[in-house]
Amino acid sequence: MARVVVNVMLKPEILDPQGRAVQGALGRLGLTGVTDVRQGKQFVIDLDGELDAHRSATLDKLAGELLSNPVIEDFTLTVSD
Amino acid sequence: MPSAQPDLEQPFAELGLKPDEYERIKEILGRRPTSSELAMYSVMWSEHCSYKSSKVHLRQFGEKAPKTDALLVGIGENAGVVDIGQGWAVTFKVESHNHPSYVEPYQGAATGVGGIVRDIISMGARPLAIMDPLRFGAANAPDTHRVLPGVIAGVGGYGNCLGLPNIGGELVFDESYAGNPLVNALCVGSMRHEDIHLASAKGVGNLVVLYGARTGGDGIGGVSVLASETFDADGPAKRPSVQVGDPFMEKLLIEATLEVLHAGLVEGIQDLGGAGISCATSELASNGEGGMHVWLDRVPLRDASLSPEEILMSESQERMCAIVTPGHIDAFMEICAKWDVEAVVIGEVTDTGKLVVQWHGEEIVNVPPRTVAHEGPVYERPYHRPSWQDALQANEPTASVIPRPESGEQLKETLLQLIGSPNLASKTWVTSQYDRYVLGNTVLAQPEDTGMIRIDEETGLGVAIATDCNARFTKLDPYNGAKLALAESYRNVSVSGAIPLAVTNCLNFGSPEDPEVMWQFAEATRGLADGCLELGVPVTGGNVSFYNQTGETAILPTPVVGVLGVIDDVERRTPMAWNKDSDGELIYVLGDTSDEFGGSEWAHIHGHLGGMPPKVDLQREKLLSEILVAASRDGMITAAHDISDGGFAIAIAEMAMRAGTGARLWIPDNIEPFIFLYAESTGRAVVVIPRSEELRFTEMCAARGLPAERVGVVDSGLGVDSGFPGEQVIVMGDYFTLTLEQLRETHEATLPAIFNS
Repeated sequence: MARVVVNVMLKPEILDPQGRAVQGALGRLGLTGVTDVRQGKQFVIDLDGELDAHRSATLDKLAGELLSNPVIEDFTLTVSD
Repeated sequence: MPSAQPDLEQPFAELGLKPDEYERIKEILGRRPTSSELAMYSVMWSEHCSYKSSKVHLRQFGEKAPKTDALLVGIGENAGVVDIGQGWAVTFKVESHNHPSYVEPYQGAATGVGGIVRDIISMGARPLAIMDPLRFGAANAPDTHRVLPGVIAGVGGYGNCLGLPNIGGELVFDESYAGNPLVNALCVGSMRHEDIHLASAKGVGNLVVLYGARTGGDGIGGVSVLASETFDADGPAKRPSVQVGDPFMEKLLIEATLEVLHAGLVEGIQDLGGAGISCATSELASNGEGGMHVWLDRVPLRDASLSPEEILMSESQERMCAIVTPGHIDAFMEICAKWDVEAVVIGEVTDTGKLVVQWHGEEIVNVPPRTVAHEGPVYERPYHRPSWQDALQANEPTASVIPRPESGEQLKETLLQLIGSPNLASKTWVTSQYDRYVLGNTVLAQPEDTGMIRIDEETGLGVAIATDCNARFTKLDPYNGAKLALAESYRNVSVSGAIPLAVTNCLNFGSPEDPEVMWQFAEATRGLADGCLELGVPVTGGNVSFYNQTGETAILPTPVVGVLGVIDDVERRTPMAWNKDSDGELIYVLGDTSDEFGGSEWAHIHGHLGGMPPKVDLQREKLLSEILVAASRDGMITAAHDISDGGFAIAIAEMAMRAGTGARLWIPDNIEPFIFLYAESTGRAVVVIPRSEELRFTEMCAARGLPAERVGVVDSGLGVDSGFPGEQVIVMGDYFTLTLEQLRETHEATLPAIFNS
């Protein structure tokens, strides 16, 4: 069993309207000093068996093509057991 | 004065400037430009902003403009303004966002909508509705599958969040758009006459206010790099940071802008689109007193690491620039604060004739603004008739080239094939993603011929808008193809009962550096200008998009033409289809039908493009329009539908499906059934007439010299006799019978089958 976690975030230079809205709401609801909020998404992928080199490469490719939009998003991929 | 390192090579070529353009900048300034000046000139002198290749041809729209009292503001402003009576004016414009939509379909399309909406509000008008003429590669191509869903979602997402109805447009598939989709967006807005505003910076000492979203790294170089260079065949290699739209911010911007305008707090106003602050400051200064002083470090930033060059070029969305007198500034700021819109004074109007930009005390720009905004390079690009044009025109789709259906069964199959082909199939899959009725003023929307909205709830005054272009016609004959696009759009407005008043256009072409593409452009603009003069409808503005090609292959020349018409009372509009009470009403075809299949949908589904497009007769179009408007006004007709793509058979099928009631039709004796059913001769419409009005209507047509032929009758009771008990059917003489169910299944299955997988 292997567990792979892919975190997808908008690239830093890309406007994040949702993050901005959350930032505004945090301020209105009493949290002071919020300078920035960025919102992303997380994929938790469980795999049967070992994460061999081939599957790892496939995952890396799909994380860039399917799970994230390479034009506006970056992703990080971490493996945990 | 900024001193640079004189030996350092300046990256003018990377910024899209040609060596002679760079030399000219040095000549204007009498020195090397600073890097900020270079950034400014490069974006403002790009094809997209300067119209350097198209200007010499676009002049015709002004020179050949018909005399009219309807135009309150002409070409050159953010959008033209048309008088529609009762103290109301409307403004409308269509623009392209083709290249950004290919790179990032959702955001590209969304920010296309956002941009055109800001053009409308900067004239002082309240935006009322959106339309989107779209073109993609072959429907089943993988690239179309990647781009189309994002574009549709982007158009829908942005417009729906703003609360603006999307009332129509076009969706056309053709291989030539593979890798270069066309995403055009049209917006229409209304205002009272006294509320018109112009983009100029008047009054020395007045303040320059930047308000709206903060400035980030969006689309830096987008204008010059994205819109003015062709994509390489191997995909989007250049990826500057994509502009991301925030429709909720835009909504606040609309409300804040209209409030400050109505309160009389604004001397001049300009939206920030392509070329961002460079464009807004230089155009405002150039149109006003001639000078402006800007403190660039006051611009609120989303990303503190941006350099001044980047701030000048940034295309961050949802920003506006206003000129406000010192006495009004507090009131202006108060209104912005109320709407939660950030506003900052970034500069001051001067009469020095110079646009001066300071960055933390250092002068980084000192240029005459006219040279940036209006006196950019103008090219008389060479053009010539393509060598292949004659061969293309000679290749008519005659019966020996494509076998023509003759038997009833073959004619029926042809109808099913056409009505299920991607270009003619039901567009519900797309339009159901758009809100068509929000605001409660939508009178007609897709699949009607035209979008119609009510402007005045008291009197029922409204406007109708249609956009059209059969680019295959334009490829076969650019001059007449452009006239045909105008004619179709004009006709689509007329069938609804509205009187056509004004024209906007979005001219999408390949590379202007290719003399054959340039010829297409020259011919199409000449055709459109001549056509507008003949029909008496002025061009109020528009947009040119060049470099629409992948590798060496240019798109079909696509001059999308939008026509706006006015209707005194939307209650008396003519819908496209008959209704449930129409049993026994008569179906007439107006106009002449002949053997014209060059560039038709029928030829297209057989993979053929050649021959001559249908003949265009604008005097006939005018007559047809007058008859349709008169018939609508006097209540003589129940329905009217334009005959164009796919011919008469498609028009009838669309009407019957929309009505849900069948009809019995007969084919006139003097014409080959195939030609009658599928030819795309122009200047034609189908009308449905109550029996009590038949004489009055036909006498009017006879007196005016418009051919009108009775070809059928609405009949809900044909099912039993034709072997389909309980069903609504179309009986086409002795040739074939089709149930509406069969038609619907074929018509509605196509797009979901392709794009839901």
